[in-house]
Amino acid sequence: MIYLELLWTFFKIGALTFGGGYAMLPLIQSETLSRGWVTESEIANFIAVSESTPGPFAINMATYIGTDRGGFLGAACATLGVVLPSFIVILIVARCYEKFKTNRFVAGAMTGLKPAVVGLIAAAVISVGKTVFVPANLTLDIFKTEMFYMSAALFIAMSILAFKKVHPIIIICISAVVGIAAGYAFNM
Amino acid sequence: MTDKKSPSKLRLMLELFISFFKIGAFTFGGGYAMIPLIQHEMVEKKGWISDDDILEIIAIAESTPGPIAINMATFVGTRTCGFFGAFCATFGVVLPSFIVISVVARLLREFSDIKAVQYAFNGIRAGVLALLLKALYTMYKKVKKDVFGYVVMLAAFLVASFTDISVLIVIICCAICGIVSSLIISRKEHKL
Repeated sequence: MIYLELLWTFFKIGALTFGGGYAMLPLIQSETLSRGWVTESEIANFIAVSESTPGPFAINMATYIGTDRGGFLGAACATLGVVLPSFIVILIVARCYEKFKTNRFVAGAMTGLKPAVVGLIAAAVISVGKTVFVPANLTLDIFKTEMFYMSAALFIAMSILAFKKVHPIIIICISAVVGIAAGYAFNM
Repeated sequence: MTDKKSPSKLRLMLELFISFFKIGAFTFGGGYAMIPLIQHEMVEKKGWISDDDILEIIAIAESTPGPIAINMATFVGTRTCGFFGAFCATFGVVLPSFIVISVVARLLREFSDIKAVQYAFNGIRAGVLALLLKALYTMYKKVKKDVFGYVVMLAAFLVASFTDISVLIVIICCAICGIVSSLIISRKEHKL
């Protein structure tokens, strides 16, 4: 039953991701890739979509994969799954915040989780990097090498912009334009 | 009394829904990007929560599972209007992404065969990699730099990159390691 599987998978993702934004990426990658729901380059593409549409990354990702796998109802199940754990936990924590804040186990778990998330995101960056520099679907050799240099140059230029705090949407737009121009130029 | 109370509660629930719908619709990039908007809407305009509450919410959101936006919506909703407030706020913050992505997912399917779209995504993936690198650096800066931190970071990276062990298990193990190490440290301090 795809709906239950979507709900349960995204429930696990929601329950075990700490910290915002890309902290969810490693878990989403490992859970959805292992089920064959998406490919590595689809995930990379979707990060761009998520950055250029409103809303939190996790919700966007759940809705996208849910729609893809099971239409509207699939999207609803996946989104409900990813939302439910935080909803339940916060309902409880909001009532007993002082106890929660001073709890030794919570503080202890966080000292392990914070560095873990950084290590996991580093692994996710490598995995996305593979889809940029080692594309599987390109067969023509010349095209491949030119594409490689284009990607490398673009990646370096965009990294400089990203570290200069240029807005992600601008970076994605520039990358898209360069990608289209390079695609047509090298293909001709 | 009760007659007067229930419509005002309904009104509050509706306001929570609308406010969080706006927040969900106008923040790009999720979580932390939402904080200034929440502050403007909830503290300055509606007076539902205080600036101290915002700091509290951020601290809670970071040490509880799930997306920060959901944590914040549920928290503010509970504080202002109990369970149903939490429900309305969370539903409101999720709905815009849900609608937009449902449409975008279908469009992507339809347009993914077009050459120009494929070329665009070839470029976009390089840009996304740059954004991820920046995010990685930002998160790295926030981690406490001690031996334990570096060991966990490296172990999580190696296991996730070079083995088939699920990330779920890595996360659970790292949490347990954190609890054990902090218990050992606090015991040592007690002895001294």
